[in-house]
Amino acid sequence: MSFTLFIVQTLNGLQFGVLLFLIAAGLTLVFGVMDFINLAHGVQYMLGAYLAVMFYALTGSFVLALILALGAALAFGLLLEFTVFRHLYDRDHLEQVIATFGIIIFLNQGVKVVWGAAPLNLPMPEALAGTVQLMPGLVYPVWRLVIIASGLIVGLVLYILVSRTRVGMLVRAGATHARIVSALGVDIRRLFMIVFGFGTMLAAFAGVMIAPILSVEPGMGDSVLILAFVVIVIGGIGSMRGAFIAALLIGLVDTLGRSFMIDILRLFMAPSPARTVGPAIASMLIYVLMALVLYFRPAGLFPAKGRS
Amino acid sequence: MMSTLAPATSARHSGRIEIAVVAIFALLALVPFAAAFGAQSFILNLFVRVMVFAIAALAVDFLCGFGGLVTFGHAAFVGLGAYTVAIAGAHGITDMGVTLPLAILVSALFAYVTGTICLRTSGVYFIMITLAFGQMAYFIAGSLAPYGGDDGITLPSRSTLFGLEVFKDDRALYYATLGLLIAAYLLLRAVVYSRFGRVFRGARENPTRMATIGFDVFRYQRIGYVIAGGLGGLAGFLLANATEFVSPAYMSWQRSGELIIMVIFGGLSTLYGAIVGAAAYLLLEEVLAGFTENWKLIFGPLLVLIVLFARGGIVGLITTIKARLTRG
Repeated sequence: MSFTLFIVQTLNGLQFGVLLFLIAAGLTLVFGVMDFINLAHGVQYMLGAYLAVMFYALTGSFVLALILALGAALAFGLLLEFTVFRHLYDRDHLEQVIATFGIIIFLNQGVKVVWGAAPLNLPMPEALAGTVQLMPGLVYPVWRLVIIASGLIVGLVLYILVSRTRVGMLVRAGATHARIVSALGVDIRRLFMIVFGFGTMLAAFAGVMIAPILSVEPGMGDSVLILAFVVIVIGGIGSMRGAFIAALLIGLVDTLGRSFMIDILRLFMAPSPARTVGPAIASMLIYVLMALVLYFRPAGLFPAKGRS
Repeated sequence: MMSTLAPATSARHSGRIEIAVVAIFALLALVPFAAAFGAQSFILNLFVRVMVFAIAALAVDFLCGFGGLVTFGHAAFVGLGAYTVAIAGAHGITDMGVTLPLAILVSALFAYVTGTICLRTSGVYFIMITLAFGQMAYFIAGSLAPYGGDDGITLPSRSTLFGLEVFKDDRALYYATLGLLIAAYLLLRAVVYSRFGRVFRGARENPTRMATIGFDVFRYQRIGYVIAGGLGGLAGFLLANATEFVSPAYMSWQRSGELIIMVIFGGLSTLYGAIVGAAAYLLLEEVLAGFTENWKLIFGPLLVLIVLFARGGIVGLITTIKARLTRG
């Protein structure tokens, strides 16, 4: 377990964590403000990636593809909100789960029909395709640094938006006391449209940014969705700060666990069982973490005030 | 949050429900005769799957509909039961005198341990923590290299009884499954209307009040969770026998989601709705898949429409239609 490898994996973990935060941010806002469980949030991430691939083929420019994909994803998200979601806000959580599950099934198949079942690729912008030397003997892909940086910037912007602006104040108030905010004359539905559209775009943004590293394929949103839920539950539902810290925590624990679990087990185990057990423990690690957190803090690490 | 859903059955309707339930079981008992005229093994297999998932869905309805405990990890119990059969089989133990109780026991034990942790939370946190344990079981199954890992494992044979290959005949497996489904239904119905069940249901409405009256709500809920887990194991035992194959996919979170959908599909808090829902879900899948390769394009929106327009599921829909007809 060399030091350089450790640094590389830590950066990879950060990059993964930042990605999770981009997705979890929208999820926790929507859940916090409208108490709406949106399983279809993960397919927005998938859709962002697919749309970027399509617009890239049309324009040949990554930046244009990114902008067009965000716009299209926003439009699609608002269409979903208008046709389906707004009829579900005052429904039971169970019913929300099923309706949004239905949308997942539809869209996963839909992208297969439109773009084919085979994985697609999105080339990254040429200027950012190389590697950079961070330390002697440590080279790292520039694109991953771009992802980390853009996630941190989005986090900062979100923090300022939520804690310093009027809309942010309403969102915070809406997340804990939706009825009172509504009684004070705020159109909570419109507020939610804004929050929802914003969250949708963040998820799509995550999808576009990761597309050059991962392959774009049907169902790619499903596993990420579950991880995003793990993030918001560990962080405390409705808490943006909690989502940020939990996302980085999950990203690091998962990535470092996968790279070093076998080595760690070998410290007190024979090599061969360590090789068998290691990967299993590594993939379970974040769920173990979640169970532990919820056992000791049933409302998450940073429960939003007024909720619990 | 449960108040918007179908209320528990009142005594006035219970007579009619008994008839409906008997009719459901009678229809299921007749399926093998009808199947003899068609693609027999295909139809038998399909309906065995329907009944297996009906048992698992019954358990989910018991937890969600009566206990207010929405579980998103119930497929893990089914998978554990199935893996128990497969692993015992790989070591030459195929007698159901051993594997059936073992499958139930393993799942019930897992339910006891995880339930102890999960039941500390409630609401959405409960949904997520049950999901977490479901995922853990899923990943453990995928790492069982000696038992197929991610690819799954084929059973050496179906379960035997005192050395006899009783399940060699598809019909025998079919009727055994039907018998166990009926047993599961009767068991849960008895539990729901027992003194235990009244406390369990009371905790759904108002856990604080139940605790104030002096009931140890946590203990009641944990017993309920263990019962549901054990039934999941029973479903797993049957599923392994029906497919003669077990894989981690049995435990994926999508499977747990499907079980909830079946229950909502049929109608929450009715028990028999879970059976109707499982049948409707699997048969609809089969029919739509027969029409088009892209059946999910129809199936997905259908789920949305059902939630939007058919509250109370199929059972609720039938009740509404009947009410309109009798009024008019």
